[in-house]
Amino acid sequence: MVTVKRLALSRRCRQNCGHSNRIDSSEATHRFNQTFKSIEAKPNRSAKEKRAQQVRSSIPAMNRILATKAGSNVYRLRFPWRPFSNDAAPKLSSPTAGNPEKGSEAQQYDIAIVGGGMVGLALACSLASKPLTKHLNVAIVDSNPALGRKNFIKKDDLPDARVSTITPATISFLKDINAWRFVEQHRHAYFDKMQVWDYTGLSYAKYNARDADREVLGCVVENKVLLSSLLSHVQDMDFLKKIHPSRLTSMSILPNSSSSEVDSTSLMTALFTHGRLAKLELEDGSSLYAKLVVGADGGKSRVRELAGIRTTGWNYSQNAIICTVEHAVENHCAWQRFLPSGPLAVLPICDKFSNIVWTMTPKESSDFKSMTDDDFLKAVNHALYYGYGPHPTSGILGSSDLFSWLKGGISSSANDCFEIPPKVIKLASERMAFPLSLRHANDYASKRVVLIGDAAHTVHPLAGQGVNLGFGDASSLSSVISEGIAVGTDIGEVSLLKKYEADRKPANITMMAVLDGFQKAYSVDFGPLNILRAAAFHGAHHISPLKKSIISYASGEMRLPLFA
Amino acid sequence: MASSKLLSHPRWHRLLRRNLPNARLFSGLPSQHPGSVPEPQNHSDPKSNNKFKTASSTPSSLKEAELAKFAAISDTWWDSEGPFKPLHNMNPTRLAFIRSTLCRHFRKDPLSARPFEGLRIIDVGCGGGILSEPLARMGAIVTGIDAVEKNIKIARLHANMDPTTSNIEYYCTTAEKLVDEQRKFDAVIALEVIEHVADSAEFCKSLSALTAHEGATVVSTLNRSMRSYASAIVAAEYLLHWLPKGTHQWSSFLTPEELTMILKRASVDVKEMAGFVFNPITGRWSLSDDISVNYIAFVQPITRNESMLESGEQSKVTRNIGTTSVLGWSTGCKQIILQLDSIEAIEAIMIESCSMYNTLSMTVRAIVQPRLWLV
Repeated sequence: MVTVKRLALSRRCRQNCGHSNRIDSSEATHRFNQTFKSIEAKPNRSAKEKRAQQVRSSIPAMNRILATKAGSNVYRLRFPWRPFSNDAAPKLSSPTAGNPEKGSEAQQYDIAIVGGGMVGLALACSLASKPLTKHLNVAIVDSNPALGRKNFIKKDDLPDARVSTITPATISFLKDINAWRFVEQHRHAYFDKMQVWDYTGLSYAKYNARDADREVLGCVVENKVLLSSLLSHVQDMDFLKKIHPSRLTSMSILPNSSSSEVDSTSLMTALFTHGRLAKLELEDGSSLYAKLVVGADGGKSRVRELAGIRTTGWNYSQNAIICTVEHAVENHCAWQRFLPSGPLAVLPICDKFSNIVWTMTPKESSDFKSMTDDDFLKAVNHALYYGYGPHPTSGILGSSDLFSWLKGGISSSANDCFEIPPKVIKLASERMAFPLSLRHANDYASKRVVLIGDAAHTVHPLAGQGVNLGFGDASSLSSVISEGIAVGTDIGEVSLLKKYEADRKPANITMMAVLDGFQKAYSVDFGPLNILRAAAFHGAHHISPLKKSIISYASGEMRLPLFA
Repeated sequence: MASSKLLSHPRWHRLLRRNLPNARLFSGLPSQHPGSVPEPQNHSDPKSNNKFKTASSTPSSLKEAELAKFAAISDTWWDSEGPFKPLHNMNPTRLAFIRSTLCRHFRKDPLSARPFEGLRIIDVGCGGGILSEPLARMGAIVTGIDAVEKNIKIARLHANMDPTTSNIEYYCTTAEKLVDEQRKFDAVIALEVIEHVADSAEFCKSLSALTAHEGATVVSTLNRSMRSYASAIVAAEYLLHWLPKGTHQWSSFLTPEELTMILKRASVDVKEMAGFVFNPITGRWSLSDDISVNYIAFVQPITRNESMLESGEQSKVTRNIGTTSVLGWSTGCKQIILQLDSIEAIEAIMIESCSMYNTLSMTVRAIVQPRLWLV
């Protein structure tokens, strides 16, 4: 009898729990069980009662599981989408959205940025810093709990393994939006030298910021530092924004209709049915309306999936292992060695720490991830030094006479000889492995939806350009939105968003093509091709105009390579 | 004015007209009778399909056919890929000019998101409201008028869908009627209208009468030049099929100096002029100093020392902002040389004169130094 009652309760829970109220159902179960415990506290138990006891003890867990599963399934499948109700739980809501308690959940925003990562927050900061857009009402949807906290960085932490190389163009963008000063308060490392060579030992290329009349080639910053800087900046400013700590489950945008039916529901739902607003539904049950939805939610973008934007791309049969290591001496130079299975990059973080990004085949990556720390360090040193091939000696091909007439008297780092990278002595973080792929969205914009950052394009990390392309997208999109508001356009109009696409797509595609070309060129070990690569290295090293344009392009100052 | 237009037809244009039965013969147009009204067909700016009648006009039987043809596609007003696509494409550029000139004139902050707060603007020939809605979003109190009832209905419906634009007032009326009602507006905007009006002088007088004392007017139209014939008529209508054939009458286009003259007779003065150019590679319009095809003019009421231009007279007109002097006007060879100086440091207006049609008329192009139109 007791068992039947409990099953009935679970069935009721299953029926009744909508998208929310998980807690409620388990709490109800808990209370239910408490009452039963008080009744059934008998020392002698028959087998049947023991079984009942077992069922009873597992019910809270079962109900929670059922509630979670039921909640998500029920919400997505069983409840048909109803335009006029904000809450899908049938027992509580009335079909109209005039219900004041539920109606207050759905708010209207001008822009909803889905994904509060570096690029999403950079867009929010950029909108807040422009006079034409700082009055906009912005919602940031991200389930990352760190966004709700301030100052989640402790100064004494070891450097995180997830870092990004920030190009000078991005540094100036972050300075424009006034967020760079926050980054400078935390750990960051400018570097002005870079050395690239490969395993064949035929040649090398050294880049110095002086060659292109710059101070730095870039700055290596931990991702969490960037995130917290942008977050604190956005929170400091007098900018209307609300962070929704939840994940996006569904998004609906209706086509434009100009029917003159007067809806008895709220203005927002009326605007939504006319296609003037997009409706976003979140995992925690709330929903919001926005004129424009920005998808900044990373490579596996849910916004892109919901908007039906297709992608082109392929998976590289490579994984990348990243970790933080320590040297015996300070390191201010970025090193990259192209090995047969992929490049190994050592980026200076600060003091004696560096970040390693090692691209290799998936099998190798699982081996390397699981081996001991010492073995891993030995492997890294082996790869950096004499493993796979000899070091290039300066002056194999075209030491000075052949190319001296091209140098044009400008002192360049072509005269620098090959330097041996510093030895890695200690591992300072866990090793993480990620699969690498190339993905590009066919369109960046559709009606009321626009994609920025990794949601629009994913690239190979070999030149550290991925997040910089994303910051470029954020900067371009905020300019386009500002221009649109200047001439009174509705910011969700496709024609305006296509301007952003026309601005960013060529630059992004070019960079992706260049990086993919590098990746393909270095994945083949073929004699003549190796010589060709070596010649290319030499050319880049010795021909200073070429070196200048390579540095300018990689720094983000030029949109297209070689066309100054 | 009518005779000069007839004379200025190049001969091969008359040839073309014979071969194309759709094209309306200028001589066939009832505009030679000042009382009646030409019914323009659909064109890049069908919102200018208005019948600006003079007092003694009677609607001809052609009007219903034209109205019906226009009404058939008026549902596609807001379809940005439909027949009104060129207009949608050009819209942001026109708005950039309007925003920059009106902000400067009314001393409004150009960096504000709603700079036209408190300004009463009228959009003459508003069509579906493509211009009125962005103006309302910029904060203005907008009135839109059009002579086609269906356009007004579409415009109202679309504007009601967005709370920021739902306070636009649309009326199916004409400028003259509003003048009779003694309405005044801070800014009067009539884009792509004047080339479809029977009597452009009367129309300009109505525009000027609608403008309040310290207000402004913005007028845009197409230039009557070889290039505009090639682009707006041949390319746009016959080659690219952007516009239905017969949309525009080349002979009813106004050259910038003719427009300036007409406006001067209506006691308003052209202060700034800019052209629109289309970049076929990027597919976008931009403002430039090339006024040979589309151009837009910012016009202010003349505050003092008005003077009408008579043939053979030399007159010098001064006003508080700049100096305008007409150096010579000769009816015999129809040559006009205008010299406009402006003392505002950011503007430089140069005049380039070239002769066309074997000295039958002379086109004067005012070249305005390019400046940042977008703030």
